[in-house]
Amino acid sequence: MIEFIQRMIDLAVRYHTLFLNGIRYTVVLALVGTACGLLIGLVIGGLRAISKQMEINDTALTRIIKKIIDIVTYIYITVVRGTPMMVQGMLLWFGYFQGAGWNALAAGCLIISVNTGAYMAEIIRSGIMGIDKGQSEGARSIGLSAWQTMRLIVLPQALKNSIPSIVNELIVNIKDSCVLSVMMIPELFFQAETIAGTTLKVTETYTLLLVLYLIMTSLAAWLMGIVEKKINHRKSNYFSSQTVAEGE
Amino acid sequence: MEHVIEIKHLAKSFGTQKVLNDINFVVDKGEVVTIIGQSGSGKSTMLRCINLLEVPDAGEIYVNGKSIYEGNINKHRSEVGMVFQSFNLFDNKTVLENCVLGQVKVLKRNKHEAIEIAHKYLKKVGMDEFADKPSTQLSGGQKQRVAIARSLCMDCQVILFDEPTSALDPITVDEVLNVMKKLAEEGLTMVVVTHEMAFAKDVSDRVVFMENGVIVEEGRPEQLFVNPQTDSLRRFLGRYLNQQTA
Ligand SMILES: Nc1ncnc2c1ncn2[C@@H]1O[C@H](COP(=O)(O)OP(=O)(O)OP(=O)(O)O)[C@@H](O)[C@H]1O
Ligand SMILES: [Mg+2]
Repeated sequence: MIEFIQRMIDLAVRYHTLFLNGIRYTVVLALVGTACGLLIGLVIGGLRAISKQMEINDTALTRIIKKIIDIVTYIYITVVRGTPMMVQGMLLWFGYFQGAGWNALAAGCLIISVNTGAYMAEIIRSGIMGIDKGQSEGARSIGLSAWQTMRLIVLPQALKNSIPSIVNELIVNIKDSCVLSVMMIPELFFQAETIAGTTLKVTETYTLLLVLYLIMTSLAAWLMGIVEKKINHRKSNYFSSQTVAEGE
Repeated sequence: MEHVIEIKHLAKSFGTQKVLNDINFVVDKGEVVTIIGQSGSGKSTMLRCINLLEVPDAGEIYVNGKSIYEGNINKHRSEVGMVFQSFNLFDNKTVLENCVLGQVKVLKRNKHEAIEIAHKYLKKVGMDEFADKPSTQLSGGQKQRVAIARSLCMDCQVILFDEPTSALDPITVDEVLNVMKKLAEEGLTMVVVTHEMAFAKDVSDRVVFMENGVIVEEGRPEQLFVNPQTDSLRRFLGRYLNQQTA
């Protein structure tokens, strides 16, 4: 047991540049994927919620646009969530991005963002449904438009209530970005594969890999816990103060 | 005399249930009209139709002589204030922001002017010292006073109150009613759905009694309360008095 750990430490020391490099790529993929995914999720989740509301002053054209938005976003969410990211990565990388001369990391960031966006859209949408109807009625009654109501009143509250699920997505992304190694992105899992291949110390390498992932996910959970506490502490002021300040 | 609100042949159903049936009714400038009636008689639905939070099935509604279907719906809504039983303040905003947001986004006022106006109306409802508090940290009565200020900030022509004190404990009811009385004295046009018969009697110019989606009786409060013309109103008032004394 002690010897096994000793061999793991040796590996870590000998290949620390490779591991660190891998961690860097993994962190970039997870952070970019979660941040961009959240942005996509906010827009798509908000749009989906609005496209389901019928307004009396909707013109025929608006109705058609709403229907199209509803269908298109539904297809996006269903396809992305219903297929493995690894297969999406393989297909898009070898089918398009590689040939088009894309950088692997950029393509990976795009794929993980689009993927996370689909999950985030559903997280945000259920967050929106959890907000009391009175909030939007109050907003509409003073004359705010549907989109203003969504952006200024409903989404900020839905976002705040969704923080635990959003943190969960970050943790999922730290782990699941490993499937993007199929696109030749030298992230942590890719590096471990290389190291295991050259040293043939397979068990040691992958145990070490597990430990590294566990450290990263724990760190993420801990940091986000602090952020969440800050937001809840500042209560209503956090998301709101800038919205009035920025004007239209 | 200019009608602030004019409703003609308003009808509304939810599914097969007819909730409003041929409602005709006007509110003049400066009038305070209270609407009373059993739970489920359609009072809220009627108010919500005026603000288009509910879409009428038939009939016409005019605010200041203009059909509510004409022009911009958001502008129309900004001209008709609405105070809800459940307050509906923006939970992610401070008291001041609640009052400023609509002015900036809907009326396109500049922010400094909007803040000044917000303070003015918060003072009027006695809530200015709470301006920087998150709205979630207020008591019910305080929330409702802020909600009234939020409507006033929009320079609305009329404010519709839907049971503004029903969610409050008896002690705080008066703090809201007093603000409403003050506004009534200052000549604000108000339509108030309420179970506060004392308010209906003392403050309103006219009382409207609804039952099963129709207006059964309306008139000056002294006439309606002292000398009800219909059995249903007599029954309603009788039951009400029993409740009060029980
Ligand atoms: N969105 C809705 N969908 C279906 N039915 C509704 C809806 N809103 C109201 N109703 C029904 O319409 C009827 C009238 O409701 P309304 O809220 O207007 O009554 P009310 O006079 O305000 O009663 P209360 O004193 O309880 O507030 C009720 O039977 C209610 O169940
Ligand atoms: Mg009601």
